[in-house]
Amino acid sequence: MGRMRKLLIPGVDKRLLLRDAVKAMPDLTRRRFISGGASFGALTLLTGCNVLDGDSAEEMLKKVSKFNDAVQAWMFNPDALAPEFPESMITRPFPFNGYYDVDDAPDIDGKDWKLEVRGLVDNKKSWTLEELYRLPQVKQVTRHICVEGWSAIGSWTGTPLRDFLKLIGADTRAQYVWFQCADKDGYNSPLDMRSALHPQTQMSFKFADQILPRAYGYPMKIRVPTKLGFKNPKYVISMEITNDYKGGYWEDQGYNSFSGN
Amino acid sequence: MSSLAATDSSATQDRGKVIQPAWVRAMHWTNAFAMVLMIMSGWQIYNASPLFEDFRFSTSITLGGWLAGALLWHFAAMWLLMINGLIYLITGFATGRFRRKLLPISPRGLLSDLKAALTFKLAHDDLSTYNYVQRLLYVGIMAVGVLIVLSGLSIWKPVQLGWLVALFGGYDWARYVHFFCMAAIVLFLIVHVALAILVPKSLRAMIIGR
Repeated sequence: MGRMRKLLIPGVDKRLLLRDAVKAMPDLTRRRFISGGASFGALTLLTGCNVLDGDSAEEMLKKVSKFNDAVQAWMFNPDALAPEFPESMITRPFPFNGYYDVDDAPDIDGKDWKLEVRGLVDNKKSWTLEELYRLPQVKQVTRHICVEGWSAIGSWTGTPLRDFLKLIGADTRAQYVWFQCADKDGYNSPLDMRSALHPQTQMSFKFADQILPRAYGYPMKIRVPTKLGFKNPKYVISMEITNDYKGGYWEDQGYNSFSGN
Repeated sequence: MSSLAATDSSATQDRGKVIQPAWVRAMHWTNAFAMVLMIMSGWQIYNASPLFEDFRFSTSITLGGWLAGALLWHFAAMWLLMINGLIYLITGFATGRFRRKLLPISPRGLLSDLKAALTFKLAHDDLSTYNYVQRLLYVGIMAVGVLIVLSGLSIWKPVQLGWLVALFGGYDWARYVHFFCMAAIVLFLIVHVALAILVPKSLRAMIIGR
């Protein structure tokens, strides 16, 4: 089951996870996928009938996905705000998303937790939760859009990431802010700097005015309403300012890396 | 290949006029290829989060294997579909082909042709002139084609293209529009292919032009 869970897609409800992400995969693909390594092996072709040569089609698709990253970066308007909604429109209950059961979600003790800061930044000190809670916070009610297509409106409160980056003296000319999380199997995700500096990109500490519950990423989630859900990491334990593309949990398995809304 | 070449030469001999010019044929088949890729990968994407609780597509007719693979196909084939479609529309308007072939569409003509079609009395002697049912369907499917691209762009870029999403009444509605446009295209395809088989010379015209 541990292996199976690795295959699961974020944000699906559990039935769909098993039915689609696993059953839908042809046996050959599943084996290649599980064998790890080149996770692009998971991108099957015409299921069941191999009309196109597998490897060259995958290479082509990878290239187009890179091209689509560039197109999306070009389309990205740093001033375009994700629409905000009245609190009455918040989706209740807001869905739990993960490639594991909510019972298996990281159970973090806020007193022990620290946010580690690394890379191209002046002040590499780690931050306790108490220290972070003292920073000015703002609230947003925005739509969370999953790579699968469904969406849900939620309310997040926290510190704009760009304010924090300024505070720690991050080199904002760097390419990425790379987040690592406490999820099992080590979730991580890169965020391009322009999206990181977007006014609505937030280090979230609250959901619906309550301290972020375990299901939604306690103690800290990065809320990026201009990105698909899987690029909104939860249970964040470190951020690294870097010029290197370090890949990401789902990005490495074939989801488009920019995945901007 | 040889039989195709033979047909081609015999067709040249009877000096029939060109019904489907080369640009129409090239773009038609490019569109057909892109559309099939879009539909099959789209079905796989749909399965990840079905709009209708109990309805999903058999994975034997989907493309991509799983969600990430399907998304890669969908966002690759979309370029082919959009660029080809855009050039087709521009050329169709610029050359006057749309005006010549698709207009006028009169309600009276439509009714009589529809009646004739349903009683299998509709003539197909002159393939260069579209009957009123054809005109309406071709104009309609082009409109659906534009709509499916616009709703697809809305789902892809709901923040950057916020004005477009608003036109559809929000993100959720854009998903439904996208789905029903797909359904309309699939229905059109079924009728379109069936009729091409019933009137083979129309298929021939779309392959060799005459």
